[in-house]
Amino acid sequence: MSEGPRFTLDGREIPLVPGQTVIEAADAAGIYIPRLCHKPGLEPFGSCRVCTVKANGRSVAACTYPASPGMIVESDTEEVNAHRKLLLEMLFVEGNHFCMSCEKSGNCELQALGYRFAIAAPQLEFQFPVRDVDASHPDILIDHNRCILCSRCVRASRDLDKKEVFGFVGRGPHKRIAVSSGTRLRDTDADVTDQALDVCPVGALLRKRVGFAVPVGQRLYDKVPIGGAPVVPEAPVAEEGRA
Amino acid sequence: MQASGGKKIVIEPVTRVEGHGKVTILMDEAGHVARARFHVVEFRGFERFIQGRPYWEMPVAVQRLCGICPVSHHLCAAKAVDRIVGGENLTPTAEKMRRLMHYGQTYQSHALHFFHLASPDLLFGFGSDVASRHVLGVAAMHPELARQGILMRKYGQEIIKATAGKKVHGTGAIPGGINKNLSLAERDELLADLDQNRAWSLAAVKIARDYTLAHIDTLAGFGSFPSNHVCLVRKDGAMDLYDGGLRAVDAEGRVIFDHVAPEAYLDHIAEEVRPWSYMKFPFLKALGPENGWYRVGPLSRVSACDFIDTPLAEAERKVFKEVSGGKPSPVTMAYHWARMIELLHSIEKIDELLHDPDLQGEELVVKGTRRSEGIAIVEAPRGTLFHHYRVNDDDQVVMANLIVSTTSNNEPMNRAVESVAREYLDGQTITEGLLNHIEVAIRAYDPCLSCATHALGQMPLAVELVDASGAVIDRRTRG
Repeated sequence: MSEGPRFTLDGREIPLVPGQTVIEAADAAGIYIPRLCHKPGLEPFGSCRVCTVKANGRSVAACTYPASPGMIVESDTEEVNAHRKLLLEMLFVEGNHFCMSCEKSGNCELQALGYRFAIAAPQLEFQFPVRDVDASHPDILIDHNRCILCSRCVRASRDLDKKEVFGFVGRGPHKRIAVSSGTRLRDTDADVTDQALDVCPVGALLRKRVGFAVPVGQRLYDKVPIGGAPVVPEAPVAEEGRA
Repeated sequence: MQASGGKKIVIEPVTRVEGHGKVTILMDEAGHVARARFHVVEFRGFERFIQGRPYWEMPVAVQRLCGICPVSHHLCAAKAVDRIVGGENLTPTAEKMRRLMHYGQTYQSHALHFFHLASPDLLFGFGSDVASRHVLGVAAMHPELARQGILMRKYGQEIIKATAGKKVHGTGAIPGGINKNLSLAERDELLADLDQNRAWSLAAVKIARDYTLAHIDTLAGFGSFPSNHVCLVRKDGAMDLYDGGLRAVDAEGRVIFDHVAPEAYLDHIAEEVRPWSYMKFPFLKALGPENGWYRVGPLSRVSACDFIDTPLAEAERKVFKEVSGGKPSPVTMAYHWARMIELLHSIEKIDELLHDPDLQGEELVVKGTRRSEGIAIVEAPRGTLFHHYRVNDDDQVVMANLIVSTTSNNEPMNRAVESVAREYLDGQTITEGLLNHIEVAIRAYDPCLSCATHALGQMPLAVELVDASGAVIDRRTRG
C-alpha cells in the first residue's frame, strides 16, 4: 500500500491527492458515491446534493468538498441513503418524467438511480408542471419536462464548447434552463457536435432522430445498476418490467 | 323514450374483456326489451396528449394504450413514421423482424382470449354457475387446456421479447426499420418449442370448430346478423395481418372497395359521434352511416380474404367458408373459430420466419425523403387498426388519429347486444346467467375498450335495474 495522505470512507482508508474532492478521491479508489450534477471533466457545481456525504459529522456535497487527510466520511449508510432517496423522489415529482416513452430510458442516470434506490413509486405528490419542448433546432431538442437543472449542459457549453448556449433563468420553483440567444434553440449557435449534448444525465437535451436506436438489453443500465452493485440488494436489475 | 313504468338494466362493468364498459337494457312495462346499448365509459385521450411530442416517440408512446396487444400499436405507429422519414420500403431483415413480432403477438393475444377469457363460456355454458365460470374454473376442470393456454401465450411473448426487447411495451420497431435482428441463439430457443405450439394450435382450432359446428343452429341465432366486413389483404388477395391494401365486402361477399392504400382511408371511411358513448362509430362512406357499419377482426379476415398462404390454416379456412356457404359468416360466435384459424396461421408464419436467414441480416434501417404525414394500417388481433399522424417542420406531432378495431366493431357489438337481449331477456326474470349471455356476445369480438377510447383499465361488470323515474330498483356487481 502506498504511503501518503489518506482519509476514511465508510471505514476504508482512501488515498487522496491534495486538491481532490471527496468524490474524486472516492472515484480514484473505485468507490461509487451516487451523483447527478457531477460529471468528471466538468467544473463541480454542487446543485443536486445526491452526492451528499457526512464528513466528520457534517453533511456536505462530495463533489465540491475537498478531501483532507484524516477526515472521516460516511456515504453508504442508512441515514445518508435515505436522504438521497428523498432527493431523488423530489426530482421525480417536480418534473414530468415518463420513463415508459422516454428515449433516454435505460441510459438515464435519474432512472438508474431510481432503480438503485428501489423507488417503486414516489411518496411525494407529483407536481405535474406545465413545461414545453423546444424542438426549433433542426438537430437538437430540449424537453423541459425532464430537465433536473443539473447545469451539466451549461458548464459543458461554456467550458468545453466555449459557446455558452445554455444558462439559467428564474429562481426557486421557477428556475429553468434557457438558451442564451432569444427564446429558441434555433437562434443560438448550438450544433449537433457540441459536447454539451453528451452530458445530459436525463432525456432533456437530445440529438434529434436518435430515438430508440439502441435495443433493450444493450442500454447502459440494462444489466448493471448505475455505480455497480446496488445499495439495496433486492433492487431490480434485469430488463424485464423496466420502462 | 322510456315507457312509463318500464325499467332499465345496467350491466356494469362487463367482465372478461379488456377495458371498462357497461350495457344498458331498457325494458317496457310488459318486460319487453325496448332498447339495448353497449357503452364504453372510460376515456384518456392519447390523440391529444401526444401532440407536441417528437414523431420518433410514437411507436413506443402510443403502444401504452394497451397491455394486451401493444405490439399492434407499436407496429402501426412505426409504419406511419416510416412514411414520415421516407423509410417505408424496409430492408428484408426489418420487415421480417416486424412480422415475426406481429405474428408472435397475434399468437399470444388469440391464445389469451380463447383460453383465458372465452373458454369458460364455451366449456361450461353461457348460463353456468358464475362461481366456476372463469379461468380458474377451467384450470380446475380442464387443467391441460389451461396449461396449454398459458404456455401458448408465453411462447408468443417470448417471440415479442426476442424481436421488441421486452415481452410488453418493447422498442424494436423504429422509424425506417428495427433496432435489432434475431440472434441464432434466440432463433434456436424459439425453434425448440415450435412443434409443440403447432400441435396445440391444431388442437385449439379443432376445439373451436367442433364447438361451432355442434352448436351452429343455436349460434346462428345468437347475436348473429349479416354485415359488411373490412380487412387488409395482400396484393394477391391473401390474408395479411401486417401490411396490404384495405378491402371491404358486403354480407354477400361482394367487393365494396379493394386494395385501398392506407393513405386513402379517409376517402372511404368516416366516423360518427353519438352522445352516449366515448367510442366513435366508423362507417363506409359509400354506404353512409345507416348502412355503412362494418365488422373487423378474425371473422372478417377469414371471411373476406381470398386465401391464406399457409397450408394448415388454409385448409381450415375452406371448411369455415363452406359452412357459411362461401359468403362471409354472419355468426358472431364464429369469431372464436376464425380466431383459432388465425392462431394456426400465426404459428405457421412464425415457423416460416424462424427458418428465414434474413432475420440474421445486418441492414436494419432505411431513410428517404422526409414527409409531414404518415398513415398506416395493420391487422391487430382484434381487427383493422389505423394510425394517422401529421408532424411540423420541427419534428413534433401536431395531429393524431387512431381508429382501433374495437371502434370499428362498435355498431356490430351494439347490434349483438340488442339481438341477444331481445332473444334471451324478453319477458324473462333477469338472472345473472341470462345477463352473461349479453357478455358472451360482446366477448366474441374480443373487444379492447382501453384501446377504443385510448384509455387504460380493466373490465368487470355490474347490473342495475332502474325504473322510469331513474330510481335504482336492483343492482348486481361482479368483477
